[in-house]
Amino acid sequence: MNQDKTADEKPGGGYDPGGVRRQFAILGRNLAWLDNAATTQRPEGVLRAMDEFYRKHNANPRRSVHQLGTEATAAFEGARARVAEFIGAESPQEVVFTAGTTAAINLVTDGLARWDIGPGDEVWVSAVEHHSNWVPWQQAARRMGATLKVIPLTPEGRLNLDEFETGLQAHRTKWVAVAWVSNVLGVANDVQAVCRAAHAAGAQVLVDAAQAVAHLPVNVQALDCDFLAFSGHKMYGPMGSGVLWGKRALLEQVEPTVFGGEMIARVDEATSTWAEVPYRFEGGTPHVAGAVGLATAIDWLSEFPPEAHVYVADLARRAEEELAALPGVRVWGPRAERLSLVSFSVEGVHPHDVAQVLDSRGVEIRAGHLCAQPLMRRLGVESVARASFFPGNTVDDVRRLVEGVRAAQELFT
Amino acid sequence: MSVTDEIYQDLILHHSRRPRHYGPLPDATHAAAGDNPLCGDRYEVRLRLDEKSIIRDAAFEGSGCAISKASASLMLDTVIGLSRDEFEELFRTFHALVSGETPSPEAVAQLGKLAALSGIWKYPARVKCAILCWHAVHSALAGQAHASSEEEFASNSL
Repeated sequence: MNQDKTADEKPGGGYDPGGVRRQFAILGRNLAWLDNAATTQRPEGVLRAMDEFYRKHNANPRRSVHQLGTEATAAFEGARARVAEFIGAESPQEVVFTAGTTAAINLVTDGLARWDIGPGDEVWVSAVEHHSNWVPWQQAARRMGATLKVIPLTPEGRLNLDEFETGLQAHRTKWVAVAWVSNVLGVANDVQAVCRAAHAAGAQVLVDAAQAVAHLPVNVQALDCDFLAFSGHKMYGPMGSGVLWGKRALLEQVEPTVFGGEMIARVDEATSTWAEVPYRFEGGTPHVAGAVGLATAIDWLSEFPPEAHVYVADLARRAEEELAALPGVRVWGPRAERLSLVSFSVEGVHPHDVAQVLDSRGVEIRAGHLCAQPLMRRLGVESVARASFFPGNTVDDVRRLVEGVRAAQELFT
Repeated sequence: MSVTDEIYQDLILHHSRRPRHYGPLPDATHAAAGDNPLCGDRYEVRLRLDEKSIIRDAAFEGSGCAISKASASLMLDTVIGLSRDEFEELFRTFHALVSGETPSPEAVAQLGKLAALSGIWKYPARVKCAILCWHAVHSALAGQAHASSEEEFASNSL
């Protein structure tokens, strides 16, 4: 029923979300799932691939000589190769499987960055960073006596790269951590420009791609970043799966941070040596089904036609326009540039209450500080409400969102 | 039952729009802040106790949702005049009520209008909102400067 309305309105050049939508049994509850930026749902194919791994190929990979062990290893390393291809890595050996973006970033801060910063050095984050790309750098800087600096925002809500470039100090600025797409403002940052400026000053760049991978083509060579981190669960893959990509030469310099089985070359009583990159960073039995699910999700989302992404941006823009037209509603971030999400505030109604009223109408949005408290303070709020879209959402979902916000306004004001 | 019957009743909406005991309390003897780490909300609760440790006056300030504000407003209305022990007993009853347990009718009667929040147990994510300022009063009475509803979230998690 929802799909019919969408077809009438033809956002995204007539792209039909019905085919995508039908692959998500969970949406059969007539839910308007508008919390895709927190976590997407998983299509049947991803769930089936994980199930099949456990049912048909399960074994501990890379240490078993038996047939199932061989199959599990093939599945795990095949997934690594698929990820490498997806992001344009030079080789699968540059792909480290992690529990998610947070774990990936902590591997860089704990295993490398903290060892090459000290008093007088600077680490930059941008004002829009998620706590997962803020707190690890903040703590590394604090522990090592370095200074944490922040790329500020322009009044429109873009990264102020002029101020960043002016503030960079050759030989002192060591690291720059930046989100490709803000999980609050929803616009893509010019991470290529950040990388160019940082590299000119001799600094290294980690890009948090968690909010980008589901919506933008990724090529680490074109970005020319040094590290890139993302999670499987925000791109239709399983929770607990994630990736750190790094330039091979830099990964060689990262110290392992999780010690134990699987990550060693040889263990003697008093000393150990490490396995090759990337295995030295994957101590313990890895989440093979997670890697398999992630690779399947990559296959799945790679089949989206280009119109699907245009369609999602259209939904976000439609939501932005219709929400901004309501009296007392403020939309955050640069207008008309959003890829997939819109954050907003409703005067006189707390975001949690907005979300609660929407939930009572089957519309699921996120409300809170969105793990970006430093940004919230810059915006002058404690929290916001956020609707985020994927190619299975419909124009009717947007209508329900806007009607629900109006209902919340009527109830509380 | 709809969300307006279960949690956003008129009494709750009224207290969230016009909270009682909202503002400073210059002669406070006890104070604590309460944080809700999920939304960043923070309240300051201030109490004035007499020499017999009876709560003689109370006030709260800060930002938060309709549930946390209405709960604080109704709660402070109720606890003025109570001793420390009486507050703790009321807190236990309220906690049981919003956690979906069934306290004795006598205990619930002590809660008075606060019983309007009883439907919140069906919304575990919001229990921490309802109980935020209670934790702050509890901390203030215990001489601690800070309370968080995070433990609440853990104990009520889905």
